[in-house]
Amino acid sequence: MRLAAFDEMLPEVSGLRRPYSAYDRWLKEQDPARLTEKMQDAERVFRKTGITFAVYGEQEASERLIPFDIVPRIISGNEWRRLTQGIEQRVQALNAFLDDIYHRQEILRAGRVPRELIAKNEAFLPEMIGVRPPAGVYTHIIGVDIVRISEDEFYVLEDNARTPSGVSYMLENRETMMQLFPELFQKIKVRPVENYPQLLRQSLAAVRPQSTKGTPTIAVLTPGSFNSAYFEHAFLADQMGVQLVEGQDLRVVDGHVAMRTTEGYKQIDVLYRRVDDSFLDPLTFRPDSALGIPGIMDVYRAGNITIANAPGTGIADDKAIYSYMPEIVEFYTGRKAILGNIPTWRCSEPDSLKYVLEHIDELVIKEVHGSGGYGMLVGPAATKKECEDFSKKLAAKPSNYIAQPTLALSTCPILTDKGLAPRHVDLRPYVLVSDRIQIVPGGLTRVALKEGSLVVNSSQGGGTKDTWVLDD
Amino acid sequence: MLLGRTANGLYWMNRYIERAENMARLVDAGLRMALTRTQSASEEWNSVLLSAGSDVAFTQKYQDYTAANVADFLLRDTSNPSSTMAAIETARNNARMVRTALTRETWESINEAWMSLKRMLARPIDERDLPSVLDAIKRETALIRGSFYGTMLRNEIFDFSQLGTYVERADNTARILDVKYYVLLPSISWVGSTLDNYQWESILRSVSAHRSYRWVYDADYKPTNIADYLILNVRMPRSLTFCYRFLAEHLKFLGDDYGERHACHATADKTQAMLRAGSIKDIFDAGLHEFLANFIRDNTRLGDEIAQDYRFN
Repeated sequence: MRLAAFDEMLPEVSGLRRPYSAYDRWLKEQDPARLTEKMQDAERVFRKTGITFAVYGEQEASERLIPFDIVPRIISGNEWRRLTQGIEQRVQALNAFLDDIYHRQEILRAGRVPRELIAKNEAFLPEMIGVRPPAGVYTHIIGVDIVRISEDEFYVLEDNARTPSGVSYMLENRETMMQLFPELFQKIKVRPVENYPQLLRQSLAAVRPQSTKGTPTIAVLTPGSFNSAYFEHAFLADQMGVQLVEGQDLRVVDGHVAMRTTEGYKQIDVLYRRVDDSFLDPLTFRPDSALGIPGIMDVYRAGNITIANAPGTGIADDKAIYSYMPEIVEFYTGRKAILGNIPTWRCSEPDSLKYVLEHIDELVIKEVHGSGGYGMLVGPAATKKECEDFSKKLAAKPSNYIAQPTLALSTCPILTDKGLAPRHVDLRPYVLVSDRIQIVPGGLTRVALKEGSLVVNSSQGGGTKDTWVLDD
Repeated sequence: MLLGRTANGLYWMNRYIERAENMARLVDAGLRMALTRTQSASEEWNSVLLSAGSDVAFTQKYQDYTAANVADFLLRDTSNPSSTMAAIETARNNARMVRTALTRETWESINEAWMSLKRMLARPIDERDLPSVLDAIKRETALIRGSFYGTMLRNEIFDFSQLGTYVERADNTARILDVKYYVLLPSISWVGSTLDNYQWESILRSVSAHRSYRWVYDADYKPTNIADYLILNVRMPRSLTFCYRFLAEHLKFLGDDYGERHACHATADKTQAMLRAGSIKDIFDAGLHEFLANFIRDNTRLGDEIAQDYRFN
């Protein structure tokens, strides 16, 4: 089955779209051989700087590059303004939801979200009940995955409220494009993204514990150099000018979290952690965790450290909660959601399950707790056997799955051996929450490199593009 | 402010870069001897392995001391943690860990060295290619050193890195001397024989000093001069005195910066004072081997104390 997709550069019906007109003019003047050369240059740059990622579960794993495509994805100023309004509203709602769910649980009392969805959910942390994080912010750094299906229709595919990754690719993609095509950036006014690390630092400093005296000490907590996103952890720490720490560097000293330096222990006020909740504190969560800091949750409850994002934020981006987001947004902001959800069947509901099983070859089915494109079925691309096998898994544990229609995600051209060719894309803008909400103009465009493929995850052969928001 | 773990990473990153290069230098010297003195080739390879501290591990794997076996073991065998390939890989893993402390140029030079050596050492080295492989290794480490000196800020990060370099280098030079100390002894029957001449040249070659020696001393190799050059010369970049001059200096910077002196300061100062006051005659009189054995022991202790005092043990 091939879906007729909306192409963001050259839609079949209306011809070249305006945001791409200046780029298209430039492109037509280029020698194709030179462009191919630039493509190879880009790969060399990435390999040299060590921008690699590890793929879990592969033998010859060590390090791979995420493929980069040199054709930018271009968004007009107007489109971006509409998007940001929707994102801001959604992010406000996410934080309000988290505060509510760990305190009075009004939304459950009002019956807008089923109680059992929270109580039985692993992402809900009872340890966070009644805890109010510094400055009242739960999810500080959010990646909202957005897909487009036509000129005017944008949908949120999922929220990433725990530890969204990929922002370093946004920054390095821009850096690479500016190195490869400096003349383009003189012709076309593109809004900058490179101040993201400074904004992140300011944002983290703004949510420091009240008791902090003077400039807060900020650190990035990484699981270590063998983690698949280690490059990004190091990159962000470096760009922010803060320490990159591991659990083994930290311990609780006099009621504060402190890092072991060459001159003894030094207090940390704000910890941007890239370690999952369950590994954060072996005294509170997984006792076998060597990545965390014993006792950090006590320091946190005493208000002596900011953990970004707060523990327990996963309950807000859980795939089972996702289908309730329109209700959640309306409940806390008093207005209809500006950015819609993709229609979603909750397989836990008998009617929905029946529908999903009957239409399995048309739908995308996702595991509620899965991520990274693992454990999902893309019905139209699957064989009959794969559909049957998946149906069995689904029927055995329906509450573990949700289903969505196979949307014709918009496409954007990539450069191939045979010239430009359309490929499906999505977009992850990055949002920072402190005493204000800031959204960097752009984000990470992920692109499915295989013709017709809808899976954009880097672990499944997806690539990335530089994303331009025009200053028009 | 520096994390103890970062100081540890910097220290070991530089020890291993130094080691990767020293292995190439040792093989280079061995190769030279084997080419010119075919009868004593296996003996020569044995002393190369002794200098590398890899003789025991080698004999567990091989029976013959041939160029191919030794080169393979010291350059590309990753089961030997001191081989050039294993050392470069460890150096790079450490560099990855302390990446935020390095300039982009430094990190990239280490990463590129790793990529290019991994490619080059992927298959057993053809003996005809050995000289060019050795050159390539030395070139890669020279590029790392160049980027490092050219771009790094002279702060504590630099100090800990240099401590690693000089502890490793002092250890290496002392071991090379100790393996061959007997050919430097003034024993009557050997003096002036051609064998000694080759041995002496080999010692100088393993520290890349066979040319510079002639700029400083007479054209003829004399054992006391060679020992003097490698132990006491202040200007020779691989001599023990040279290493300790910089070890003491970088430790002093750290002590001044942090406003605190530790056990490692006393140890380094003591060794430096001993080297400064010593003459090569005194050293020979008291016993060259004893001198070197003591030095190697004290140098190892200094490394341990640095790790302890700066909290990265």
